[in-house]
Amino acid sequence: MSELRELYQDVILEHSKAPRNYRELQGANHKAEGYNPLCGDHFTVYLDVEGDKIQDVSFQGSGCAISKASASMMTQSVKGKSREDAEKIFEQFHKLVTGAANGDRDALGKLAVFAGVSEFPVRVKCATLAWHTLQAALEGKQDSVTTE
Amino acid sequence: MAVNSVPFELHPPMDRGGITSYGVEEVRRDFPILQQQVHGHPLVYLDNAATSQKPRAVIDAIAHYYERGNANIHRGVHYLSEHATSEHEAARRTVQAFLNATDKREIIFVRSATEGINLVAQTYGRVHVNAGDEVLITAMEHHSNIVPWQILCDEKRAHLRVLPINERGELRLDELPKLLTAKTRIFAFTHVSNALGTINPVKQMIEMAHSRGVPVMIDGAQAAPHIRVDVQELDADFYAFSGHKAYGPTGIGVLYGKRDLLEAMPPYQGGGDMIRSVTFEKTLYNDLPHKFEAGTPDIAGAIGLGAALNYVERLGIGNIAAHEHDLLVYATEALLAIDGVRIIGTAAQKAAVISFVIEGIHPHDVGTILDREGIAVRTGHHCAQPVMQFFRVPATARASFALYNTRQEIDALAKGIEKVKEVFA
Repeated sequence: MSELRELYQDVILEHSKAPRNYRELQGANHKAEGYNPLCGDHFTVYLDVEGDKIQDVSFQGSGCAISKASASMMTQSVKGKSREDAEKIFEQFHKLVTGAANGDRDALGKLAVFAGVSEFPVRVKCATLAWHTLQAALEGKQDSVTTE
Repeated sequence: MAVNSVPFELHPPMDRGGITSYGVEEVRRDFPILQQQVHGHPLVYLDNAATSQKPRAVIDAIAHYYERGNANIHRGVHYLSEHATSEHEAARRTVQAFLNATDKREIIFVRSATEGINLVAQTYGRVHVNAGDEVLITAMEHHSNIVPWQILCDEKRAHLRVLPINERGELRLDELPKLLTAKTRIFAFTHVSNALGTINPVKQMIEMAHSRGVPVMIDGAQAAPHIRVDVQELDADFYAFSGHKAYGPTGIGVLYGKRDLLEAMPPYQGGGDMIRSVTFEKTLYNDLPHKFEAGTPDIAGAIGLGAALNYVERLGIGNIAAHEHDLLVYATEALLAIDGVRIIGTAAQKAAVISFVIEGIHPHDVGTILDREGIAVRTGHHCAQPVMQFFRVPATARASFALYNTRQEIDALAKGIEKVKEVFA
């Protein structure tokens, strides 16, 4: 049960029930869809990028608690950041959830609550789906990305 | 067992003649994999619709073949080759008896039910389906009984038609007469739905198709391990099932086809064993069933499947069906007693498959939490995305039962679901 509590932390459950920035973004100039064929999770990430800066970010879609909370907290963490900073956060986040390294938890801030994911390898895709979608949106890819 | 408290009517299995129950605890000892703990809990394996576990008899038959009997078949005059050939053919006779086929030449060994369906689509289908023709399937098919027909229809510029389902997950048979048109070349449908558990009235459907001169391809992957299948009684034209869902190994499956249909069909793949003679000018194909078995087959797999079906027959498929039906009723009741649980697929005739969702909790999270309790269920779309779309759910959790499952395991599942709700409370 303790590993489960590590995974399903209160913050994560709370974000999954009441996701932040959960809407279509009016005036978005970047947008991408992400899809996890394993479980049917499906998200759209909207971005308003001015120059190098992510002015605003939102998402919509359906998915498990982990993927939804991850998307919600991602929008909070990258809003107002530069592209480069957003990429760096994803890099650290990826390390965290795969257990590859301790990662720079300071840089991750609240996102550190996802550390429990590393004990559940099949759920890494859930935690990273929104981030892959964000990356695709930043790169301006039109095709949907999948976690496969 | 208070069947009355189930809000939808679950009919007992049709074939219950001569039931004698077997001791499930004793049977469980035949399955080595069940004797283990997962995450510190006894394994509760409820993912049988994905694949079943294997009894010792199957594991031993395969090991024995590789330890004492391995040789290529239909080739050598030496002892081992003859022995392997006769074991392989004995397995074919076991399958023939299992399906009550008239002739062992009607039993084609393939890799899986999926390959059996592809074989029919690519041989019978490519000969008989032409531009403007129609192929009829149903709304509850597994992707493996959708995509092979889409590929065929795309190539031939033919049309794929779909028999709809109702809210209980039953086929809309009232729609069938108008979908069986003069252009329908084949009707492909599942015997039992993997995502909903529905047992379709296949005999009636076959009669309706045949009355319009339409042959049928039946996907029996979820039926053959659980209920009696008699291809003669059904008058099935083609019937496919997978070995690994029937307590046999992966990599082996069966396609049954009526002999006259198989005789008239072109081969599926070319290669060794499927030929009588080869010159660069002309090749004469081998007789059935070898015409459809190019290359060295999965000899160990066929022998393992034979052992699996013998095991099933020893327990009696009627007994297995009765046992699993008891589990279905018990589990349906147990799950519906839990607040917020909704069962997807409430047909009157069901196999022991229960797809469910818990209000406000994604099936993937359900699966992870149950797993930590040692309970294996499938979560996702079950390779039946159109079914998920129909019921407007992204996915479900699915508990599917086999001959070795127990009521205690269902109690564990119910407790596990309570735990899921606790985590999300």
